Amino acid sequence: MTAGSVVTGDGPRATEARLLTAAVLVTSAAGILLGWSRSSELPPAAVVTGMALAAIAIVAHLTVRATAPDADPVLLPIAFLLNGLGLVFVQRVDIATGSELAAAQAVWTAVSVGAFCALLLFIREVWVLGRLQYTFGLLTILLLLSPLIPGLGAGVINGARLWVDLFGMRFQPGELAKLTMVVFLAAYLERNRALLSVATQRIGPVLLPAPRHLAPLLVATGTALVIMVGLRDLGSALLFFGAFLTMLYVATGRPAYPALGLLAFGLGAVVAYQLFSHVQVRVSIWLDPWTDVSGSAYQLAQSLFALGTGGLTGTGLGFGRPQDVPFSATDAIFVVIGEELGLLGATAVLLLYLAMVMRGLKIAQTARDEFATLLATGLTVLLAFQTFVIVGGLTRLVPLTGITLPFVSYGGSSLLSNYLLVALLLRISDESRAAALGRTTTPLQPRGQGPRGQGHG
Amino acid sequence: MSRQIGRVAAVVLVLFGALFVNLNVITLLQADELANHPANRRVIIREYAIERGPIIVGEQAIARSVRTEEGQYRYLRTYPEPELYAHLTGYYSIVLQRSGLERALNEELTGRTTEVVAQNLGELLGGTQRPGNAVELTIEPRVQQAARDALSGREGAVVVLEPTTGAVLASYANPTFDPNPLSSHDTAVINEAWSSLRDAADRPLVDRATGELYPPGSAFKVLVAAAALEAGTEPSRTFPNEVTFNVPQTTRDISNAGEVRCGEGDETTLQTAFRRSCNTVFARLGVELGDEALAAQAEAFGFDRSPPLELPVAASSIPLDQDVPATAQSAIGQRDVRATVLQMAMIAATVSNGGQLLRPHLVQTVRAPDGAILRGPDIGQWEDPPGDGRPISPRTAQQLRRLMIDAVSGPSATGSRAAISGIEVGGKTGTAQTAPGQPPVAWFIGFAGDGVAVAVAVPDADGGGGAIAAPIARQVMLAATGE
Repeated sequence: MTAGSVVTGDGPRATEARLLTAAVLVTSAAGILLGWSRSSELPPAAVVTGMALAAIAIVAHLTVRATAPDADPVLLPIAFLLNGLGLVFVQRVDIATGSELAAAQAVWTAVSVGAFCALLLFIREVWVLGRLQYTFGLLTILLLLSPLIPGLGAGVINGARLWVDLFGMRFQPGELAKLTMVVFLAAYLERNRALLSVATQRIGPVLLPAPRHLAPLLVATGTALVIMVGLRDLGSALLFFGAFLTMLYVATGRPAYPALGLLAFGLGAVVAYQLFSHVQVRVSIWLDPWTDVSGSAYQLAQSLFALGTGGLTGTGLGFGRPQDVPFSATDAIFVVIGEELGLLGATAVLLLYLAMVMRGLKIAQTARDEFATLLATGLTVLLAFQTFVIVGGLTRLVPLTGITLPFVSYGGSSLLSNYLLVALLLRISDESRAAALGRTTTPLQPRGQGPRGQGHG
Repeated sequence: MSRQIGRVAAVVLVLFGALFVNLNVITLLQADELANHPANRRVIIREYAIERGPIIVGEQAIARSVRTEEGQYRYLRTYPEPELYAHLTGYYSIVLQRSGLERALNEELTGRTTEVVAQNLGELLGGTQRPGNAVELTIEPRVQQAARDALSGREGAVVVLEPTTGAVLASYANPTFDPNPLSSHDTAVINEAWSSLRDAADRPLVDRATGELYPPGSAFKVLVAAAALEAGTEPSRTFPNEVTFNVPQTTRDISNAGEVRCGEGDETTLQTAFRRSCNTVFARLGVELGDEALAAQAEAFGFDRSPPLELPVAASSIPLDQDVPATAQSAIGQRDVRATVLQMAMIAATVSNGGQLLRPHLVQTVRAPDGAILRGPDIGQWEDPPGDGRPISPRTAQQLRRLMIDAVSGPSATGSRAAISGIEVGGKTGTAQTAPGQPPVAWFIGFAGDGVAVAVAVPDADGGGGAIAAPIARQVMLAATGE
């Protein structure tokens, strides 16, 4: 296959190659525009960055071509475009605040794409993961608790104990724990799907399955949630819980689960509000950001000011004031995009996420087996909820909790986890399409006691 | 499971839909509200990045933006003749926002008016900032300076109008202030200047030309005479000549100043009473006309409304439903009648202009940076008050004009010190009591030729309108008529 036919040919990989080319071009153009906002000369760094991005894209693309040739062609280019925009905007924040985060984020991009390739290379069949469900359950707890381990944990940063220092790099294991938790849940639900779907116990008007079927699930999820709340990572806890309820609903087809879950969430929220002063502060900021504009509501007020300043078309790349918004490179990076690219740019970014999520759910529907379906669902809603919680928080739709904007925010752990998430979705989509085309050589592996085989979708 | 996933997709769509709607609300509907929030510094920083247009009188910029190389604000607003024009320009401050014309004409000065929006997209993509528009005022620097010189440091205000257009030729008030420190980029400098100005006993931030209300005293007799002439009274009509008018329903009678009669003989005329400013005749006339007629005439001249000047102007006021003693007091400009200096100048201008009340205005032109005229002066009748911009008929205006000329150049005229040889000057003095034992407000309102109308008010005056205000008016009218 020649280089030309890589781009011009038919099929998912050629589509992917074209989209990746577009993503690299858009990112490079944005980088050059940012450079031009400072001086009229072409910034040499932008050219180097563009070429490096192209190289990384080629590596990622060739890996997918070799290891998952039938995989979805859209997810990787979107992820790459968001990643590239993130690099440009992290650089934008660097210029404004004097920080030096862009270089680290570029290194993390290379590392994350490396991990993406490694996952596709080493995990050729997704059911392998399902076999290790309790390993993943345990891993989740360990990852979540690792910041508390003396000598490893990086201490309290921004009011929460979420980081570890590993080989000189700061890492947030909770980001990876989201993935391992979803793997555990998908495997557990796949095995106990039938039992959980049959109601044998009646509590008032609600029919529930026997407690012994539900217990391990509740224990594992409950433990993870308690740890997250204990570590003051409310944002992660929230989307974790959302993913859990969604997977439970998809697995059982019983709306009572999400209904009860939301009820429990409501009660939990009331209790948390009573118990934790920081929850009360968050809620009062959300209800009324204007009474303490220079204090507790500073970040939200500045976010709204930035978005309002951006208006429809934005101030133009390089002409906003990211230095006024706290955490502008991490949690609040969406606001910087909104200010400089306006409603149009912000909407485009949101549409990219929406496209990813819809592709992810499509992959879930067409997955080869139920474990893959549940895994794809969980991974996708993780992405969807994370985007919703942070963008909604910054725009005062929901109370603001500090989590990253997937692929865009500065932060290696988040970037790495999200690339792994995309790699898993690609693996699932490759399996199902290969099976549909009759190309698969690996038969479905018999395992577990639950019903298996072709998913209903 | 496919059906469940479809429902999950629907929920995701709803959630993202909420994000889209919310984002639209913030960036489009709430943008202005957010931009104007006091805690929002980014708008002002962006605004300071634009070369704000100058405010110009004659050929000279009285407010202009100077590029600075330090700090986060790119342009510094400076006022080369700060105290002469402070009440007009106002200040332009990162802490106090804006005042005066800096506030009223902000859109023009920043160049963010509708007519230039279309050009901004290209400039935005090009990354350049277009300078704001220049605003040229109707103010004549010579007249403005004359007003300041004539007041010679006294508290008070002078307003000069061009009766045929409504253009403000001068508007000066003492005490004044320096807007430069308030427009500094250093918050400490601003706060120090602000607190000393705010706490100063002589209230230098108050523009006594447009923002302060004074009892008009006998200057109000122009308005009472107007009401009488409109009702058919002739200037030659006779009244009893007396030292004191017995006001019905009260023991508080009204006497002439100096406890004298109104000229010779047993009877006097409206013309004599106007020239000598006899309280007895005007109190009698006021009672005869009644409170409603007086209020109606005042409102026709613009009382109880803010005149449509580019700057905010206090509304002059006359109470409704006054009893007879109060009406008698009102007829000599006392009691609860209050007027701005601008309003009194507008009355004089209307008389000079044949009875047409014109909109007072300060802006001559708004010019784009390339010199193109975006907007001219707003000339026209002020039609909001009852009377549709014609508070008096041309005939009444003509009669009043003669009465006012007589009150400057007739025998024993109270306004004689405003007379200028070779120019037809008319006017009316006033010496308004504020409180027992307190110094009065000295007034002169009048006109010179056909092109100048003036009002002068000096509160806490050490003399009456004829002695204090008339010479000031004379000096200003001399400058305005080019003598």
